[in-house]
Amino acid sequence: MTGYQLAQINIGRLLAPRHSPLVADFVDQLDEMNALAERSPGFVWRLVDDAEPAAVAAHPELADEKFQLNCSVWESVEALWEYAFRSDHLRVLSRRREWFERPDGPHQALWWVPAGHRPTAAEAMGRIARLRDHGPGPDAFTFRDRHPAPEARAAGVRV
Amino acid sequence: MTAEDDSYAVLGALGDPVRRRLYRHVAGAPEEVGRDAAAEAVGISRSLAAFHLDKLVEAGLLTVSYRRLSGRTGPGAGRPAKLYRRAEGEFAVSVPPRSYDAAGRLLAETVERAGLDLELQAAAKAAGAAEADAAGADLEEALRARGYAPFRDGEVLRLRNCPFHALAEAFPGLVCGMNLALLDGLAGEEWSARMAACPGGCCVALSKNKNH
Repeated sequence: MTGYQLAQINIGRLLAPRHSPLVADFVDQLDEMNALAERSPGFVWRLVDDAEPAAVAAHPELADEKFQLNCSVWESVEALWEYAFRSDHLRVLSRRREWFERPDGPHQALWWVPAGHRPTAAEAMGRIARLRDHGPGPDAFTFRDRHPAPEARAAGVRV
Repeated sequence: MTAEDDSYAVLGALGDPVRRRLYRHVAGAPEEVGRDAAAEAVGISRSLAAFHLDKLVEAGLLTVSYRRLSGRTGPGAGRPAKLYRRAEGEFAVSVPPRSYDAAGRLLAETVERAGLDLELQAAAKAAGAAEADAAGADLEEALRARGYAPFRDGEVLRLRNCPFHALAEAFPGLVCGMNLALLDGLAGEEWSARMAACPGGCCVALSKNKNH
């Protein structure tokens, strides 16, 4: 056990606005996928209000009707992996190209937060930017380039 | 020794047919296997099974843990049993050298970048369906031939092995989606593929449809 938990952000731009029938299959499954995440082993928390004014000011795309953001906190990388790729979530994930534009940069970032910390949309968007600008590192990484949680003794020093 | 030499040394341990049967039994078993059960499954004595199982551990193909099978603890519970399971590592050699894994990674990276998930799934589903037609009714045998190491869990076929493991680790969305489509195709009309992860194995299980 460390005093850290794994935060993740996942972004995407829908091919059509949320109310369009073109993306209805996706939108209709959102509640079910969120409920599945919440009852998955290792789930800690997920961001519900992703359009807080401060975040929109810094990242105007958050106000875009086609923009989708998903941010959550998990006990470990493995727990998030089990949910993302080894549960019914895969059924939805595997249809991503039916509903989302092809990303032209990083669309997911992982980072460690002190246990109990709840990331804001602005903080999470900052991790995507860091990954895009500097590549994977301890402050923003990917499943493929994982970084271990910081030592527990550093707890509270860095968020 | 090169990495290739290491692989030859490891795989050389499987040259003995009895040892190979033991390896297949343990690697395909849903749970850890004790010496008695392994000996019985392969039809040899317990001491011969113990000898070969330990050779497979030395080679790095199996790993060992100790547990009391009876569930009893304390004095009189007896010594914990030595239990075997498949080791994590992956070993492959080909003669002459072939690099299908390197080609697989490049192809996966390109397909992912081009956003061709749905095209890949359609091809995988068609390949699965064609194989189901060729295999007839024997889904379990078709899965075994594909390397899924299927086992029956009540009415459900669960898959002890992921044949695409390293590629799935590197490109999970793409490759697990392809695998699911392949199994959807293999399942045909009699079976249904659904997400039900087997620890350390494939994330898909197959159940028989009610009307069949």
